[in-house]
Order: sequence, then C-alpha cells, then structure tokens
Amino acid sequence: MATTADHLQAHDDGHAHHDHDHKPGFFARWFMSTNHKDIGTLYLIFAVFAGVIGGAISGLMRLELAHPGIQYLGKIATFFGAVNPTFDQTLHTWNALISAHGLIMVFFMVMPAMIGGFGNWFVPLMIGAPDMAFPRMNNISFWLTFAGFCSLMASAFLPGGTGIGAGTGWTVYAPLSTSGSPGPSVDFAIFALHLAGAGSIMGAINFITTIFNMRAPGMTLHKMPLFVWSELVTAFLLLLSLPVLAAAITMLITDRNFGTTFFDQAGGGDPVLYQHLFWFFGHPEVYIMILPGFGMVSQIVSTFSKKPVFGYLGMAYAMVAIGVVGFVVWAHHMYTTGLSVNTKMYFTAATMVIAVPTGIKIFSWIATMWGGSLEFKSPLVWAMGMIFLFTVGGVTGVVLSNGGVDDVLHDTYYVVAHFHYVLSMGAVFSIFAGFYYWFPKMSGRMHSEFLAHVHFWLTFIGVNIIFFPQHFLGLQGMPRRIPDYTPAYEKWNALSTEWGYSIVGVGVIVFFLNIGWSLVAGKKAEGNYWGPHANTLEWTLSSPPPFHQYETLPVIDDKAHH
Amino acid sequence: MIMRLGEFARSVGHTVKAPATIALLLAPQLAWAQAAATAAASAATDRLAVAPGGYVPMKPTEGIGMPVPGGIGLQTQFSPLGHYARWLHDGPLLWLSVIISALVLGLLLWVVVRYNRRANPVASKTSHNTVIEIIWTLVPVLILVGVAVPSIDLLAKQFKSPPAKTLTIKATGNQWFWTYSYPDNGGFEVVSNMLPDEEAVRRGEPAQLGADFRMVVPVGETIRMQVTGSDVIHAFAVPSLWFKIDGVPGRINEKTMFVEKPGVYYGQCSELCGARHGYMPIVVEALPRPQYNAWVLTQSGGKIDGAPEPAPAPAASGAAAPAAAASAVAPAAAPAASTTPAPKA
Ligand SMILES: [Cu+2]
Repeated sequence: MATTADHLQAHDDGHAHHDHDHKPGFFARWFMSTNHKDIGTLYLIFAVFAGVIGGAISGLMRLELAHPGIQYLGKIATFFGAVNPTFDQTLHTWNALISAHGLIMVFFMVMPAMIGGFGNWFVPLMIGAPDMAFPRMNNISFWLTFAGFCSLMASAFLPGGTGIGAGTGWTVYAPLSTSGSPGPSVDFAIFALHLAGAGSIMGAINFITTIFNMRAPGMTLHKMPLFVWSELVTAFLLLLSLPVLAAAITMLITDRNFGTTFFDQAGGGDPVLYQHLFWFFGHPEVYIMILPGFGMVSQIVSTFSKKPVFGYLGMAYAMVAIGVVGFVVWAHHMYTTGLSVNTKMYFTAATMVIAVPTGIKIFSWIATMWGGSLEFKSPLVWAMGMIFLFTVGGVTGVVLSNGGVDDVLHDTYYVVAHFHYVLSMGAVFSIFAGFYYWFPKMSGRMHSEFLAHVHFWLTFIGVNIIFFPQHFLGLQGMPRRIPDYTPAYEKWNALSTEWGYSIVGVGVIVFFLNIGWSLVAGKKAEGNYWGPHANTLEWTLSSPPPFHQYETLPVIDDKAHH
Repeated sequence: MIMRLGEFARSVGHTVKAPATIALLLAPQLAWAQAAATAAASAATDRLAVAPGGYVPMKPTEGIGMPVPGGIGLQTQFSPLGHYARWLHDGPLLWLSVIISALVLGLLLWVVVRYNRRANPVASKTSHNTVIEIIWTLVPVLILVGVAVPSIDLLAKQFKSPPAKTLTIKATGNQWFWTYSYPDNGGFEVVSNMLPDEEAVRRGEPAQLGADFRMVVPVGETIRMQVTGSDVIHAFAVPSLWFKIDGVPGRINEKTMFVEKPGVYYGQCSELCGARHGYMPIVVEALPRPQYNAWVLTQSGGKIDGAPEPAPAPAASGAAAPAAAASAVAPAAAPAASTTPAPKA
C-alpha cells in the first residue's frame, strides 16, 4: 500500500519553497499533477467555471422566456457566429442553448464537483489512504474531462444543421442528432461526451480500487464514512452505465458519418433503441449526480447534530438499493414512445420502489437530528435545505412514475420542475453544503459564515421562485424546450425570470465575494474547526492537509468511526 | 330529418352525462363506463348523418381546451380517461405529495425548535431503533401499493383495445407541421401549419396555438389515433384530452382518443424536433357526427365513413358533389364500406 504514495512528481525539482511540504513547481504541480488533493482542487475550480457558463446560459434562457415573443435569441445567434440569422437559425440557437445548459450542468458541473472534486479530495483522506490508487490515471481523468469541455465549447460555434451549435438536447435523440443535424457541431458535442465519459470511467475504476484496497488498518467496509459509501456506489454506477452511453453515442457517430443505420429505420434500425441505450445510462446518471450529495449530507447532519448517523447500515444499504434499482427503471423516461401496456406497468411499479430507500434516507437524516444539539453552521443549513427540497422533487417523481399520468406531464415544465428540484436543488445544495463544510479544510482559510448564510437564503428563496411555478406551467400543459409560448403562460414565466433568477444571481455574487474575502482576509483554519463531533479522519489533519498525508497510516480502533 | 335525429341523440347524451359528472366526483370508473355506453349508443344512431351548411371552423371557448392565464392546475378534461387520470393526480397523488412534503418540513422545523443547541445542550447517543426503521420502510411500501392500484388500473384502461370499427385518424409529425390523414373517410390528408400570432388573434384563437387547418374529429366516439413522424421524432399531445404519444419515424404508435364534448382543443408538439419545435401546434376540433360528416365532405376525396355504395345523397346542397367525387375516385374503399352498416357495438 505504501508504494502507492511514491509519486513520480514528488522529486525535488528546486522550485518547492515557502512550505515544508515537498511540492513541485507550478506547471508540474497543476498540469502534471498526481496528487489527489490538487486534482480535486482542479476539478472544483473547473466545476465552478463550467457552472458559471451553464448558469449564464440558463440566464439567457430565462431572459428569453420572461415574456412571449422572441426578443434576444437573434443577438445570441449572432454572438455564436450566425450572420443575419433567419428565423429558423434564430430558433435553432434556442435548442443549442438548452442542449449546452444540460450537458454542461450534468457532465461538467455536478459530476466534476461531486466525484472529481469532493470525491478526490476526501475519499483518500476519510479512509486513511495516502492518495488514490492510480495517481496518473487520476490526472488523465481530469484532463479528459477538460478536453471534453473544450470539445463542447467548440461545438457551440460550429454549424449544427439549421443553425449554429448542437440543437439536439442533452439527450441527443436520434434521428434529430443524426440525419436531423448535419454539420460538425453535433460530432463535437458527442465527442465531448466520449472524452468526459472516458475520464469518468477511469475515475470510477480509481475510486473502486482505492476504496477496496487502501483503507487504513481496521477500517472495515462497515466502518467507512457514509460519504465514502456514496462515492463507492456512485463509482459502480458509473462503471456499469457509462460504457452503454459510450456505445450508444459511438453508434450515433457512425450513423452520422459512416453510413451505419443503428437508429435509422430506413436501414432496419430503430430510433427508440437509442433511447433505451441512452436511458439505461441516463437513469443511473441521475443517481450518480445525487448519491455523493447524500453522502455529504449524512456527514454534515451528524457533525452538527453532535450525534452519530442514525441507522448507519440502513443508510449505506439504502444507497446500494437505490443504485441497484436505478438500473431497472430507465424506460420511465420513455412512457410516450409507444411502450406496451405490460412494459409501462412494470416500469411504473419498479420506479415507485425507489421511493422506499429514498424515504429511509430522508427519515434517517431527520432521526439523526432528533435528540441532537444542533449548531446551525452554514453546512447544516444547506443540508437541511437539501433535505426538504429533495423531498419535494422526490414526491413529484412519484407522480411522474405513473405511466398513465405521465401521458399529460411528459415533456412539460412539470418534468423540468421535478428534475431541477432534485438536481438544481438536491445536488447543488449538497455541493454547497459540502463546499462550506470543507472549504476551510481545503484552503486553510475560514469563510464568512454570515455570507454563507446570506448565500443560502438568497438561493433557497430564489430557486423556489424559479422552479415552483414551473409545476403550474407543466400541469397547464406548457411543453419544455420551447423558446416562445402562448400568453396564458406568461405570468409564471415572468415571475420565474424576474424574481427567481435575479435573486439566485445575487446569491451567486455573494458566494464569490465569500470565497474572495476568505482567500484574502479569512482567518487561518485550524485542523478541526467544526469541533470534536467532526470525527472522520480528515479532521485529524491540518488545514490544508500536508501535501502528502498519512505517512504513518492511521489505525482505526474498534469504536465505529461514522 | 336526419339532422333532427342527430340532435335528439345528442340531447339524450347530454342528460345522461349530467348525472355522470356528479358520479365522477365519487367514482371515476363508474363515469367512465357510463360515458362509454352513452357514446356507443349515440354513435350507432347517427354515424351516417350529414349536417347541412357545410363546415365553418368553430370558435374556441376561452379557457376550454387551452391553458388559462396564471393557471396552476391541470387543464379541464374532456375525455372519460382524462377525468379518471385527473382524479388520480388531483386526489391521491397530489395529496400524498403535499402531506409528505409538509411532514418532512414539519419535522425539520420541529427539530430546529426543539433540538437546537440552546434548547437541548446535550445530544443523545441514539443511533439505532429497529422498530422505527421497520415502520418507515413498511409504511411507504403500503402507501405505494395503494397508489399503484389505481395507477395500474388507469394504464389497463388506457390500453383497452378499441372496437374493430373504430374510426382511424393518422397524425404525422413533420419539420415543422402536422399532417392528418383519414383512411376511413377516403384517405384525404389535412396539412396543418401554425398561424402567425396576429392571424391567430384575429381569428379568436390563442397566439402560438392556432393552426390554419385543424384535425377535425367526431365527438362522443372512440377514435383510433395512429401517430408517426416523417423525419425526426415528434410527439402528438393534447393536454385537455389526456393524450400524448410520440411520432417516431418508421413506427406507427396507436392510442385511443375520446372527446366528450364538441369544442376546440389545443396542444403542441412535445418532443424536441429541431428549430421550430415550439411552432407546430395541434388543434383538435370535435364535432357531432353529422357536422363531422359535413366537414369530411368538404375535403377533396372525403367520403363518409361506413356509407354504403353509392353514397346517399345528403340533403345538404354543396356537400353532395364532393361525396360523389369521393366514391368515384376511391372505388377501392367500396368493399370495406359495404360491410359497415352492420350494427356497431
Ligand atoms: Cu415536432
């Protein structure tokens, strides 16, 4: 095990100074990094950067949707390189925006933050490992993700059929993504997924190997912190689902460029086959995006309740159950594609089953707080926000699981509201909870708790104003992915943009002020700044931890450490 | 004379439907059965009737078959299964959602009040309670089984096969308009494009939702909708009829549609299909059989579904010529037509 800590880059190159740690020079440290903490930092910076772009795109979308009519899309189309765009080219820009927003937020914001960022930083620290099992593969995982993002950005400026950019939606359904979108843009977007997917598969292999082989002596699987459990389950979901996505989008590439007809009915293929393959990946993907959040919320709730997690085994195996059942419910995304009655009945019933382990998690978090001595530090406040908002997104998920009810809700704003409650609130709130929990540990500087609370309240109020009225729009029948709508839908759209988005926007500014302030003037963070109830292994280290930690491996005694 | 017969059947239909609406609040399944029976009765009587006066596009009723400004719930439903599904949503599902969300919010607030650092300085050490863990596993299971019963029942009803003689209409999604073809009415095709906003408003239709030509359907009878796509995937959706099915190239998806009341019902393409995805509305105009038949006869090649050969000369002027033309142009349809007068249902 100790050999895994022998980093090739850890030689003395003469540039390491102002630290007793043995750090390489700037270029070697950040561009050739094999240190899990540095790679985690790269992932987090990257996720913030991608999140700003994805969020700005959603701002353009909200702006266009505030009132009926097409107001801004022409200018946006011109920005991306369209010259005197026609009406169709202008509208194509809308589809490019929604596609880019979805792809960026899923593959380049939430996943890098949750898995590459927090996973890289804290899985080794929490299990008492000196680094990840395959440090060089860790490095290439990051740079593949980065290259994928570059490919996606390039696609935004290239011809994509009717107009500039890939207008296929993040789902890239054939035949819109094959015969329906000539031009290199969609190839670049698909290739972005190949690159990011390859990076994620390598990341998953790395996490599984690290967690199975590099736990400190005495840390059995059943003593692992729940965050590590969550990353382990996530890594398995990635490993099993991403190859299916890779196959599906490779078939898209060959259908587009090499004359195959996997998804072309004229050659004996089937467009619906693509959807089965995509959602066989896509449904586990939504758990990939939320499970690490579950793990973080568990750590945080326990720390600030000053209590161990309630029902530890139930919590761990609920995540395993969610992961397993998550693989057999994919066609609930396809209720309107013409499934048979038995298929729809099966997927309705199977989907409802997921509510049970999810309910166990929600109730166990509350039971952890029950009888506790709660300290409302910012991570706990964000975690509690996540618990409530994720519940709201969960119950609308149960509504949508009904194949017969979905006949009216499918592809409407109700679905948009649902998945933003579970992701834009469930996942993003847990990312911010984790961020404020660990930011001083990572940076060595305390953030402002006051600003973190202001950030929370602005975001909490704002996202609810953005997304709650979208349930109404969906029930009233407003389809998703449209740039213009009948005036009856104006009221809630205007509210969503003018109040909701603006308030969240102010929250984002507060977030950046907080980071900036803490890096410049924040007071130095102690090793365990949250006190004795933050009792996982990362709190035994300094803040920030030494460049190489656990040169003597910690030993876990019989008292459970979760 | 024929006209009066149709009128009579419809008025009977309405009186039967009034108590059905009341029963609906208590047991939607009962209403579903009743409405279906009514429909079968009226369909048998006036399938061949033709109303005089040809066809004039119906004015939509504000707030019916379309979204309501600032609306927060499902659109008013005009199909028996729509009532049932809406009951399932507005009843069990919505209340379950509200109660569970309120329960979690209430527990969180209680924890904030009761177990904050000041109220409870010393934390308990409890981390297991098998009984409560079993309860919060089993109770959700039971609730979900309870929800699954009506939801599986709804699916079973939605997939009930229509009778063999059901009128078939085929909707094809194209980039970016709909075509509707009527194989049982001589096989004519209606091409439906979105109206520009000013024109829609001038015609008294909601902007973005009006179309130049509508998909006209008979009211009060089961319709077999076949939906496909000619280029990419589209989806044919009408929220007030609880109807949505994808139009996939190379496939024909079938789903039954039933409209209870004459009216205009709006929908939109509901699968991303390229640049003007938001600009291919669906307008369903439901008419009583005699008016529907009159509309069919205004279409070139249109002939009345089930009319014996040669077609009966309708009392209405104007309509006769197209009808005759239809039977002349499409003799292939004759054998099918000759078997039709057998009693339905
Ligand atoms: Cu379409």
